[in-house]
Amino acid sequence: MSDLFSKSAHELMSLLRQGKTSSVEITQSVLDRIKEVEPDVRAFVSLDEEAALESARRADSLLASGASSPLTGIPIAIKDNMCFKGRRTTCGSKILENFKPPYNATVVEKLEREGMVILGSANMDEFAMGSSTETSHWGPTRNPWGLDLTPGGSSGGSAASVAACETTVSLGSDTGGSIRLPASYCGVSGMKPTYGSVSRFGLVAYASSLDQIGPFARDVNDIALLLNLICGHDPMDSTSAPVNHPDFTAFLNTSVGGMTIGAPSQFLEKIENRDVENVLADAKRVFEDLGVKFIELSLPHLDYGIAAYYVIAPCEASSNLARYDGVKYGFRAPDVEGMIDMYCKSRAAGFGQEVKRRIMLGTYALSSGYYDAYYLKAAKIRTLITEDFKKAFESCDAILCPTAPAPAFRIGEKIDDPMQMYLTDVFTIPVNMAGLPGISIPGGLSSEGLPIGIQLIASHFKESKLIQLSSAFQNCAKRHLARPSLKVN
Amino acid sequence: MKITPEQVDYVAVLGRLHLTQEEKAKYLSQLDDILKYMDTLAEVDTENVPPMASPVELFNPLRDDVVKPSLPIEAALSNAPSIEGTSFKVPKIID
Repeated sequence: MSDLFSKSAHELMSLLRQGKTSSVEITQSVLDRIKEVEPDVRAFVSLDEEAALESARRADSLLASGASSPLTGIPIAIKDNMCFKGRRTTCGSKILENFKPPYNATVVEKLEREGMVILGSANMDEFAMGSSTETSHWGPTRNPWGLDLTPGGSSGGSAASVAACETTVSLGSDTGGSIRLPASYCGVSGMKPTYGSVSRFGLVAYASSLDQIGPFARDVNDIALLLNLICGHDPMDSTSAPVNHPDFTAFLNTSVGGMTIGAPSQFLEKIENRDVENVLADAKRVFEDLGVKFIELSLPHLDYGIAAYYVIAPCEASSNLARYDGVKYGFRAPDVEGMIDMYCKSRAAGFGQEVKRRIMLGTYALSSGYYDAYYLKAAKIRTLITEDFKKAFESCDAILCPTAPAPAFRIGEKIDDPMQMYLTDVFTIPVNMAGLPGISIPGGLSSEGLPIGIQLIASHFKESKLIQLSSAFQNCAKRHLARPSLKVN
Repeated sequence: MKITPEQVDYVAVLGRLHLTQEEKAKYLSQLDDILKYMDTLAEVDTENVPPMASPVELFNPLRDDVVKPSLPIEAALSNAPSIEGTSFKVPKIID
């Protein structure tokens, strides 16, 4: 079979079990595809073909022995901020350019135990700080829908690799929209689970109260399969939630008649782009045809989400990134005079512009005399945003809104204007602030043929409702079947 | 709030970042823009609102006091820029 690289995980799973293909054949097909398109897309930081084929051979023997798990033998890419034992894990940064973790992140351990084939690490904004994958030390990833466009960020490599069929599925992480935004820009599905659903052990920390790992795929069925694998309590992460997650695949292809979706006026008022407005109106019609009831909602504190986020996230980052001191791991500057000089010069040369900007911002906001006005104030507004959502979910099953204000922007367009870059996350950030699950699925194309995602948000630990609604939408509207051109737009 | 060049210098010291003059000038104007946007937070009445540190209810996750294998010393040192024996090696701290 020549088109194995373009198939979804659930299709490949059934081909494997019918003995119609092997993991080695699938992996080889994906590796050939990578050779063909990676010079244009540049989605990967590290790739190890031989290791991938070795994993595939192991998967094939598991499948032959009958000891396989559902996703055994399926190729996957991981974001470059997930510790991969003995393999380069750089977080898109010069400061970690030679870092080889001595242990696996819990999610990586789970992929390996499942017998999945980890192809390599996908490109990302440095330390996940960015909305375009342009701040990576390794250079930007390009959007398969237009090679002069950004794939969004920060998990741009994870999204672009799935969109370009360079992998079957991938994992990313989402602190303020870093899974959902690139999913929207690249025309794939991506979910940020509830804070605490997926272990963060071994995920390089950016803003610990906001970070969450989640899956990318070309359809919602694969998202459900990956959630089944990665969700669950982990004693190694003290914020990991001890809850029992359901079998998410049970919510695929089920009726959504009688469910209620909320449309918050504060989100709708913000839509300025005509294509985004049309895609959202179209999605509403699809859901209504499926028997979903729509209600109007108000989330009064939503407007303060970005301001509060860009206080809280940099504050947590400035604290988390204090560990990069050139002592235990990471880059150390040569020619230094004493310890303090070593810290200052190593960090100055090891971190890129956006990371330094956020460390400066966070350090300022936490410094004596400013803590009350910034961090404490933002933490209180976070409470208000969360209460708004809790109240909203008393009257609806999910909230529908755009994922991003517009389709993908050009590489270079916003890189020198941090405030404009930050505003890209206006629809995604409130979800992280409240720790809610959110999914972006393909909603349709713009007049220029670029993908536009729609976002569904549910209450804590109700990922199942997102799967149920997304699956129904996907089955009916089939917007997820559009594929990118891999050309300059 | 307006940020001054002296504050940029001070924050760079706190953040242990050696910044060039160009970087300082750039961050001064960019941080000023960003902080101006942050000032909208002052509009919100947060009287009697508790601050939120985490989106989930935090509790003390206790575990049995059982010794488990830890990272071998060689593995823990394997990424260090400089080591001596079983220690991390750093420039002299005390004269």
